Amino acid sequence: MTTSDDTEDGEPTRREFIHIMAGVTAAAGAGATLWPLVDQMNPDASVLALSSKEVDVSAIAVGQAIKVMWQGKPVFIRHRTAEEIAEAEGTALSALKDPSARNENLAADADAEDANRRVDPNWMIVVGVCTHLGCIPLGTSSGENRGDYNGWFCPCHGSHYDIAGRIRRGPAPDNLDVPPYEFLSDTVVKIG
Amino acid sequence: MSHPSTYNPNSGLEKWLDARLPILRLAHDSFVDFPTPKNLNYWWTFGGILTVCLVIQIITGIVLAMHYTPHTSMAFDSVEHIMRDVNYGWLMRYVHANGGSMFFLAVYIHMFRGLYYGSYKEPREVLWMLGVVIFILMMATAFMGYVLPWGQMSYWAATVITNLFSAIPLIGDDIRTLFWGGFSVDNPTLNRFFSLHYLLPFAIFGVVMLHIWALHVPGNNNPTGVEVKDVKKDTVPFHPYYTVKDGFGIAVFLVLFAAFVFFNPDGLGHPDNYIKANPLSTPASIVPEWYFMPFYAILRAITFDLGPISSKLGGVIAMFSSLLILFVLPWLDRSKVRSMRYRPAARLWFVIFVVACIALGVLGGLPAEGRNVLYAQIATAYYFGFFLIILPLLGIMETPKPLPRSIADAVLNKHKPEAASGGAQPAPAE
Amino acid sequence: MIARTTIFAALASLAGMTAAIASAGSAKEAEHHHWHFAGPFGTFDKDALQRGYQVYETVCASCHGVEQLSFRNLGQKGGPFYLNTCPAGFADNVDCSNPNENPIVKALAAQYRYQVLDGPDDSGDMVERTPLASDRIPGPYPNEVIARLANNNALPPDLSLITKARHHGPDYVYSLLIGYADAPATVEITPGQYYNPYFHGDMTQALKPEFLDAEGHVVDGVVVPVGGVLAMAPPLVDGIVDYADEATPETVEQYAADVVEFLTWASEPKMEARKSMGVMSLIYLVILCIILYWSYRRVWAGLKK
Repeated sequence: MTTSDDTEDGEPTRREFIHIMAGVTAAAGAGATLWPLVDQMNPDASVLALSSKEVDVSAIAVGQAIKVMWQGKPVFIRHRTAEEIAEAEGTALSALKDPSARNENLAADADAEDANRRVDPNWMIVVGVCTHLGCIPLGTSSGENRGDYNGWFCPCHGSHYDIAGRIRRGPAPDNLDVPPYEFLSDTVVKIG
Repeated sequence: MSHPSTYNPNSGLEKWLDARLPILRLAHDSFVDFPTPKNLNYWWTFGGILTVCLVIQIITGIVLAMHYTPHTSMAFDSVEHIMRDVNYGWLMRYVHANGGSMFFLAVYIHMFRGLYYGSYKEPREVLWMLGVVIFILMMATAFMGYVLPWGQMSYWAATVITNLFSAIPLIGDDIRTLFWGGFSVDNPTLNRFFSLHYLLPFAIFGVVMLHIWALHVPGNNNPTGVEVKDVKKDTVPFHPYYTVKDGFGIAVFLVLFAAFVFFNPDGLGHPDNYIKANPLSTPASIVPEWYFMPFYAILRAITFDLGPISSKLGGVIAMFSSLLILFVLPWLDRSKVRSMRYRPAARLWFVIFVVACIALGVLGGLPAEGRNVLYAQIATAYYFGFFLIILPLLGIMETPKPLPRSIADAVLNKHKPEAASGGAQPAPAE
Repeated sequence: MIARTTIFAALASLAGMTAAIASAGSAKEAEHHHWHFAGPFGTFDKDALQRGYQVYETVCASCHGVEQLSFRNLGQKGGPFYLNTCPAGFADNVDCSNPNENPIVKALAAQYRYQVLDGPDDSGDMVERTPLASDRIPGPYPNEVIARLANNNALPPDLSLITKARHHGPDYVYSLLIGYADAPATVEITPGQYYNPYFHGDMTQALKPEFLDAEGHVVDGVVVPVGGVLAMAPPLVDGIVDYADEATPETVEQYAADVVEFLTWASEPKMEARKSMGVMSLIYLVILCIILYWSYRRVWAGLKK
């Protein structure tokens, strides 16, 4: 097939098989080189190593809460009292602004009743980033404003969250996210 | 070579663009239909190879800058972070580090090719000088890049090289302090080196554009050194003839490149640079990267005072002169014949020049003691003598061989029996 | 023809250049040991890596850190304790190939001989805690001053890059570890110093006074011994580390070879990935060269008519 493609003045045509093959081979090499150049921007091994975190919650007294850093964001861990649990469980779904559980441990269509917001009723664990514009709500440390619903209060634009981290009033559209977590033992929780 | 444009916009969109920004016309006339002498040999593929080197360095460099930290307390660890944690980070860093060596290897071959075939001669003086500018910018970039990992060799190379400037009378110390941004090589120095190391490659890229522009006005030189007489007989279009030949040359070069990157990635480096910089302890011997060694040897060859010029200043002057002399080369070599194919005497002196350069390279890596100093002085003397004495004299004294009438003639004769090659002379070297 | 040969000669001499530089120094040339990781297809011997880690932790870690290594590195692909799948008895959702979940690595971190300094805690104090897989492997000393105070003013170098930071690193470290010898009769070694023929040094300083003249020069006829003195006592003795594998001899040579295997891995954990990618790249490039050459000959064939 090669010789017949030559034109009369000896100019080879550019459609010869070998030229196409050369072009394709070179392009394949260039394409393969592209992947490392893109992949280098993905999280590196040292970042991935911190993608999960084990937290010892044994020191948190009932009624207290702590903040821990996980994947560069604060996570609130609250040890709820019996009254708080009762209050959260007694809240009617109709009173909620956002009916979704927003729980990464559950399916996306789960509703926002308290049982869908936690694993163990004593512990409320939520990502401490306001779903409005990303501020950190108050209410974790003792003495901070916990808002009108006894949970968390975002000072930026006045969003009130209840004791299950659900948005009750203010501009925030969604409930606080529940991160993926599991209890490795009664006192150690692994987030992420 | 300036030639009437042959670009013919096919589609409506191309016509529309051509009337507004004729960039496709420029590309077509420069890299597709550009008339190129038909007798270029493989030494001419190094222009394309160098372009590839520059692109590889810029791309991998931008990637590395995403992960590197220019701070004395973190630079070394951030390089190791790249080597260990970043996805394909080791690949980026090894390509970049060995890419510097490959870049210089290619540029040296490119320069010796220009010397041998007289590519610096009229009308290509500006082309040559722009090349020298690129070379000097490359040296500055490579030096500052070598400092960034902040290993022992990085730190001490920075110290030694910046101290060179203190040899300048009166203002030397102030210049050195200005470079340092302090009283020694320290964090401010590292930061500015990083900034400039990122900037200069783009300056190089700009000068490369001028270099190509200056190439495309007179067109390529060629192994005969005879100018194109008849575009139809003497030249072929750049594409596909030289795109595919350059492509082949680039692929062969990449085999060597890959062999270093994957199978001897630290072979061209120095083990001491895997030790964190320590301002309190100088390594047993400080040696630059191999591509700086000839110049380092010239620097150290001046061990004697010359009147008011101390040996330290003399060494610095000699080293910078060895670069600057390249700028005036087109006016030192007065021979009307470009290619050393037809200059047997010059060819002999050229071979000795190459040997002297290699000798300087080897001596630059050896301790400057005993006979090494004398050898370096002889080689240095020859380096300057070649440009300042031998080339000017040869222009007057030598008898060149008869030149072929045209490129086409030279190509045709090459394929005929030797007796027909127009004279009693032996066949040309290539 | 002349020009072409010259430039090939130039290329050849470039290759020889680095070797010429390496030859400076007065130490005995390192023993050439055959390494599992040598050569373009060489890989790390996983068993040797595990034993080497044990030697490092038991012996070397008393004075030397490996600051570039985290515990998780031990369980990453190509590392000493990498697991492809979990051992029996683990829940389905645990991915043991993830170095942070690797049970061996978690145990090694939890039982490590040093604690990690963390904090400040709620009361503002720095606290020591048990290392996690994501932590860097803690070294023996909190800072350089304490390291020097503990070692007769000598600073034990960090070992995480040691085989790259020395000429012929693996052979050198191996030779140094097995090469301790009694000092030659012509030299006087100060207490706290140890003679090793593979160590780079200048033994002129240690010559006994009777072999030096009034100006401190060596008397004619006296040979200055090769090697040098270092502050590290011979670290390995037969039987000092208990290998779980009964078949592996517990000798200084075996310990040295194993720990060098480990330290070479520590210097470049991505070596195996580098070599395997290198083989693929070279195969590709050679094929590309052949195709391009063929294409080039075809393009130019028309002109030669």
